[in-house]
Amino acid sequence: MNYDIFITGLIIIAQILAVIVPVLISVAFLVYAERKVLALIQLRRGPNIVGPFGILQSFADALKLITKENIIPSGSNKIVFILAPIITMVLSLAGWAVIPFAPGWVVSDINVGIMYLFAVSSLGVYGIIMAGWASNSQYPFLGALRSAAQMVSYEVSIGFVIITVLLCVGSLNLSKIVLAQQTVWFAIPLLPMFIIFFISALAETNRLPFDLPEDESTLVAGFFTEYSSASFVLFFLGEYASMILMSSMTVILFLGGWLPPFDVYPLNVVPGVIWFTVKVIFILFLFIWVRGTFPRYRYDQLMRLGWKVFLPFSLFWVVATSGFLVYFDMLPN
Amino acid sequence: MVIYSLTFYLFSSVAVLSALMVISAKNPVHSVLFLILSFVNASGLFVLLGAEFLAMILVVVYVGAVAVLFLFVVMMLDINFVKLREGFLQYLPFGALLGIVLVIELGILFLTDRSSNIYNNQIPLQPIVSEVENTKMIGQILYTEYFYLFQICGIILLVAMIGSITLTLRDKGGVKRQNIDSQNTVDASTAIEKKKVKIGEGI
Repeated sequence: MNYDIFITGLIIIAQILAVIVPVLISVAFLVYAERKVLALIQLRRGPNIVGPFGILQSFADALKLITKENIIPSGSNKIVFILAPIITMVLSLAGWAVIPFAPGWVVSDINVGIMYLFAVSSLGVYGIIMAGWASNSQYPFLGALRSAAQMVSYEVSIGFVIITVLLCVGSLNLSKIVLAQQTVWFAIPLLPMFIIFFISALAETNRLPFDLPEDESTLVAGFFTEYSSASFVLFFLGEYASMILMSSMTVILFLGGWLPPFDVYPLNVVPGVIWFTVKVIFILFLFIWVRGTFPRYRYDQLMRLGWKVFLPFSLFWVVATSGFLVYFDMLPN
Repeated sequence: MVIYSLTFYLFSSVAVLSALMVISAKNPVHSVLFLILSFVNASGLFVLLGAEFLAMILVVVYVGAVAVLFLFVVMMLDINFVKLREGFLQYLPFGALLGIVLVIELGILFLTDRSSNIYNNQIPLQPIVSEVENTKMIGQILYTEYFYLFQICGIILLVAMIGSITLTLRDKGGVKRQNIDSQNTVDASTAIEKKKVKIGEGI
């Protein structure tokens, strides 16, 4: 009689592994892809030594970092110092529990999927703020303070963008959000919101041009200045995993998730998971492209963009969308 | 099921223990971190009750926004907790009074006849499964029956916001601000002035 619980537990663990292992492997290849794309943008060669075309470079780097000595500064608050990278890593993996890769391909198809993703991404700031405080050093502390203010500011506009999408869907379930885009992807009717969401995602994941928390030209390495070896690897993995998570969120909200661009013969034969992956790779390429192209924002400009441009605009768009839906009687049930 | 009871006891015991640590931790930052742990466990309890929307809102609002700013302030203000603790005995009677009032209220709630309660004296440990999502249920009741209360809450928050802005807004004067619009409209014709310089005279 207890076998049922046992088997259910095993199935859940298998599902978790089936999601997390590909995510970790794709993080390794994302790092490689980023270095290659940046190299192409800057007319360099990029990594080309380890493996064919340097494809195993990230694995070599990870091995090197993990075998190094883990240094914990004597003035640091040790427990919080060690907890911070763990929290960052766990949170960037926790969000994957609700991501639907294809119809039915989801670990947990909960009713409040998008709220869960929003909650997990808003918790991401704790890893950074704890790292900055526990390091007991000036540069990490400044990085952590910048990050806290930045992530809280951009969450507000992300929230409004999500509300706009939810108004058009009528459900918080991620699979239903994807299915609501069968006629047209939300990126087309809600194009300004799509752009705002993408830029806010850059700020939320601390990527260039908004990577002020780790601003290497002024703060050495920002919040992870004092980290080395395995704890540094956790921060690094966490940052890239949350980048992929935010890209998947963008794809689900605006680019129709696993749906093909048009529901016609050669396109709708391709499995949904392939469409999903292709779209996520496209968004990730945009992340890297932006990094290779734009200079870093100044902090006051970053705050101005968040509070004075995105917030009023997205608030207006929420009102406009709901007005439109009510007026033309298009509200979903 | 056993699993539900186990998770309930896990969440509730961690919540209570971390709440205790909030008031007993020596370091104020640790206190805030335990407060966050307590919030997260409370949200876990909401999930067990089947109130998943409330659980997520608790995490987004309290953990994701309020506690971040709280942590921010505690980290910035270098609070001397030893000094703060000197007044412990002085505040003890007041704290004890609050605690006693709370205990009495809870006692009254538990001892009175609750046959009118929909759960019939049984507080469910398992999620209440219903056809309508509870996000929808909250929306339906909040924007119809409690509409005025909802609006009043909004106005109270607006007043608080205006109040805090007026308290902190100071016009120092002499501050150079960047005007992004005027900066963006600059082009060669407005930024550069061509001058003929005569030899030996300068401008």
